[in-house]
Amino acid sequence: MSELTSLTLTEARDELKKKTFTAAELSAAHLAAIEKARALNAFVLETPDRAIDMAKASDARIAAGKAGPLEGIPLAIKDMFCTAGVRSTACSHILDNFVPTYESTVTSQLWRDGAVLLGKTNCDEFAMGSSNETSHFGPVHSPWRRKGSNTPLTPGGSSGGSAAAVAAQLCLGATGTDTGGSIRQPAAFTGTVGMKPTYGRCSRWGIVAFASSLDQAGPFARRVRDAAILLRSMAGPDAKDTTCVDRAVPDYEAAVGKSVKGLRIGIPKEYRLDGMPAEIEKIWEQGRGWLKAAGAELIEVSLPHTKYALPAYYIVAPAEASSNLARYDGVRYGLRVPGRDIIDMYEKTRSDGFGAEVRRRVMIGTYVLSAGYYDAYYLRAQKVRTLIKKDFEDCFNAGVHAMLTPATPSAAFGLGEKGGADPVEMYLNDVFTVTVNMAGLPGIAVPAGLDAQGLPLGLQLIGRPFDEETLFSLAAVIEQAAGQFRPQPWW
Amino acid sequence: MSVDANTVRRIAHLARIAVAENEIEHLKGELNAMLAFVEQLSSVKVEGVEPMTSVTPMTMKKRVDAVTDGGIAGDIVKNAPMSEENFFLVPKVVE
Repeated sequence: MSELTSLTLTEARDELKKKTFTAAELSAAHLAAIEKARALNAFVLETPDRAIDMAKASDARIAAGKAGPLEGIPLAIKDMFCTAGVRSTACSHILDNFVPTYESTVTSQLWRDGAVLLGKTNCDEFAMGSSNETSHFGPVHSPWRRKGSNTPLTPGGSSGGSAAAVAAQLCLGATGTDTGGSIRQPAAFTGTVGMKPTYGRCSRWGIVAFASSLDQAGPFARRVRDAAILLRSMAGPDAKDTTCVDRAVPDYEAAVGKSVKGLRIGIPKEYRLDGMPAEIEKIWEQGRGWLKAAGAELIEVSLPHTKYALPAYYIVAPAEASSNLARYDGVRYGLRVPGRDIIDMYEKTRSDGFGAEVRRRVMIGTYVLSAGYYDAYYLRAQKVRTLIKKDFEDCFNAGVHAMLTPATPSAAFGLGEKGGADPVEMYLNDVFTVTVNMAGLPGIAVPAGLDAQGLPLGLQLIGRPFDEETLFSLAAVIEQAAGQFRPQPWW
Repeated sequence: MSVDANTVRRIAHLARIAVAENEIEHLKGELNAMLAFVEQLSSVKVEGVEPMTSVTPMTMKKRVDAVTDGGIAGDIVKNAPMSEENFFLVPKVVE
């Protein structure tokens, strides 16, 4: 039944409706694939019993003519999402025994629409990382390898497990969270489609908080249409998150295949970096050609504050993280390490419970918010953020509908290759994606080709606030022109 | 700006993270690398720019000030490292 795992989400949905196979068969095929792919370390928890129960319930609903839009579709869920009765750790030691008694809004909407939970996927600890190497459960190994090489590569991060699981055909789709590029960078590294919606499009309720003004949930899938179908279920108003907008969710799938003729696409000149690999420039040029051939109009635009987005991010995100992660104190949930008094208990618990990257970011965040430094760092970064957003607004007000950029400054790198001596080396991976979070905009990464070593490269499209539909239309054009890229199984 | 060893100890304490003496030098290097990286922001002209408070312009949703939840004390202490009769247990803080 291995062919069931190579279906697209759309095909599986349509075949389930026709009763070509059952939801139980579809989930069983994916569970078998997951079991065979443990070398990837994509899952930190497999939930086969729950998957089979949920799939059988889907079959009953299909038989009764009550199928939801995602009925019987097996999905993988990033371990940042709280799932009721299913261990949810954010891939941190401090939460490694945490079993939520509640369900995140996004996942509850997926289950409401009939989806099936296959398991929880690996990620960087508290989503802080770009290579999945900060996970308490160890790194994910990308399903991709360089031609003729056995060097283990990163699938990207932080949503590395979700991206790897989708690329390796262990699920039909997956959820991710994106604070600075954590959906789009791993999507680009694994040849999958990853969408970060506009800030406020998906509820953050029940998602482990990293940086609350930047975090957004979004889907991973192998096809643009599949991602559009998933986002429709994930998005929508939620009374439990005051930053989640009260705005109806459009039928994103209807945007896939829509003409892009006459759309004005901005090409930001600041995204042409010194020392950028020629292959990235080439794929970007190809992307421009594809959109032009489809009738879009290309316009060079300027986003002058682009280079300040990453440094401003490394003030805003750690500051918010230091505040959000204050809750892990060994009292109400999670790890507790005893101490001689309560302060000593807090300090030992947090020292043992947090990994090196999380400790570093909490400390930087604490410093930039501390008395005497707040204005120089945090307040200044928030002003820079206003300028970054204004750059985009100026372009959109001048009639630009969306922008096309590379998704990452390089293809996937090897595990252990980056950030060993200087943490900033790793941070530079998010240089093209982080601006989008700082401005709260929607962004999608779509596979565009392979480099000379046979590794996938992605393009990013950036849209106007709440105009995910235009991104799906444009991404579908690129997908159509670029074709499909799947890794050769080595696991 | 950069931090010295004493500042690292002070930040660690403010962040309630125990740091061993032999980790201080290493942490100092990493924190200073991050601070050097963000230093370039000082060259941006920000006079008269409002700091961002909300990335998506919207009025914050409000709801009726009424109890919407409750009676789940058992759920709330379910993941507590130590609890007794639905209370969290902590080391003695008042003599």
